[in-house]
Amino acid sequence: MRDFKPEDVIGDYKEALLALYGGLSRLVLYTDIEIPYPDGKLIVSTTDKNGIITHVNKAFVEMSGYTEDELIGSPHSILRHPDMPSVAFKDLWDTVNKGEYWQGIVKNLRKDGGYYWVKATVIPNIRNNEVVSYTSVRRKPSRTKVEDAKRLYATLK
Amino acid sequence: MPYQFTVSPDFSPDHLSGWYIFNTWLQKQLGEAVHLEMYDCFQTQKAVIESNGIDLIYANPFDAAMLVRKKGFRPLARPVGVSDEAIIAVNAESLIYDVADLSSGIKIAVTDDPDIRLMGMIMLEAGDLNLNNTIIISCDAYILVAKQLLKGNADVGVFLAEAYDGLSNIVKSKLRVIVRSEISVIHHGLMIGPKLAHRKMDILELLVGMKNNDKGQDVLKSLGFRAWDKVEDEEMEFMIDLMDALSV
Ligand SMILES: Cc1cc2nc3c(=O)[nH]c(=O)nc-3n(C[C@H](O)[C@H](O)[C@H](O)COP(=O)(O)O)c2cc1C
Repeated sequence: MRDFKPEDVIGDYKEALLALYGGLSRLVLYTDIEIPYPDGKLIVSTTDKNGIITHVNKAFVEMSGYTEDELIGSPHSILRHPDMPSVAFKDLWDTVNKGEYWQGIVKNLRKDGGYYWVKATVIPNIRNNEVVSYTSVRRKPSRTKVEDAKRLYATLK
Repeated sequence: MPYQFTVSPDFSPDHLSGWYIFNTWLQKQLGEAVHLEMYDCFQTQKAVIESNGIDLIYANPFDAAMLVRKKGFRPLARPVGVSDEAIIAVNAESLIYDVADLSSGIKIAVTDDPDIRLMGMIMLEAGDLNLNNTIIISCDAYILVAKQLLKGNADVGVFLAEAYDGLSNIVKSKLRVIVRSEISVIHHGLMIGPKLAHRKMDILELLVGMKNNDKGQDVLKSLGFRAWDKVEDEEMEFMIDLMDALSV
């Protein structure tokens, strides 16, 4: 995954170095600009069993700011925001690896450095009794749920 | 014993005769006896499906999971360009402009269409509303959902977008849409059960070819469809996964 480039970012930004799975690290640039979740839409993506993106819908492309080509084949941590505690994603992976669904409020980072909050449901895709991939379906979270998550995540970092 | 065909009870009344015309056409083309039974509620229809009494169904996406995973049904086709979208609307004079303006205790007018109800509740969830903190007013038809709003009995109404768009202009002028879903991958579709499965390829070929002849086009017209598109098994599995993710 490529580091952020200042020319892609809109507005004043801060820097963070994310430590990602498998010893990878990524320099991200992020701003205080929130993009509201689009009313009535679902943001959908599918990954393989290793979390590599294999499918995204149009709303996903629009909200993330990346092109479909940039997204397909990339780890899903391409959206990882420095304000998200890593325990949240550990819980996500522990849960779906057991074949169960995971639900949570997630702050995602856009290519332009802005962010958006979602309520995500990640489910294992089971075909012929085997988990073959994972799908995440995101909907608009309520403001109170976002405020609760902000408070909680600040204590978990 | 003829094969048993049924249609999701949320069919539009305008197309009731269309389904009978379709069934007559199908029997003739297929050379099989097929009986069409329309049910007026989802529970009754579900009980018949449970007891293996259905071989062909134009199914609501909400029932697709049960049909595929419990009853061994497989997808055949879907109408081109038709997907299930939901609308949240209010009385035009209401002070509500956004789901976030709503508070607990509100009254929601809905029909028993399971997929639209689900999509509606998901849109209302953005305002912290759920089945535990709201009052549901169940209606038998979308025009009655509209009436509940016009009379001021309900604070919001949940509509199938197509049904809302089909309301008369006078009614629509007294209502206001606050959210319209844009999901596009949730749709009704024809599905075939185990007893009729040996004719799957024949039926599929007939359906997909309907648009190519005059008779077929007339039948499609009576259903309000342009054409049928094949639905692959994986496409159906994906829709079921999506519905599962929305149901939790
Ligand atoms: C289907 C699916 C969807 C995911 N969606 C997101 C997402 O939207 N944003 C995000 O930061 N991580 C998402 N993740 C988690 C990432 O795979 C990853 O675990 C996370 O970004 C943290 O990075 P790390 O695991 O490299 O530490 C998703 C995982 C799965 C399986």
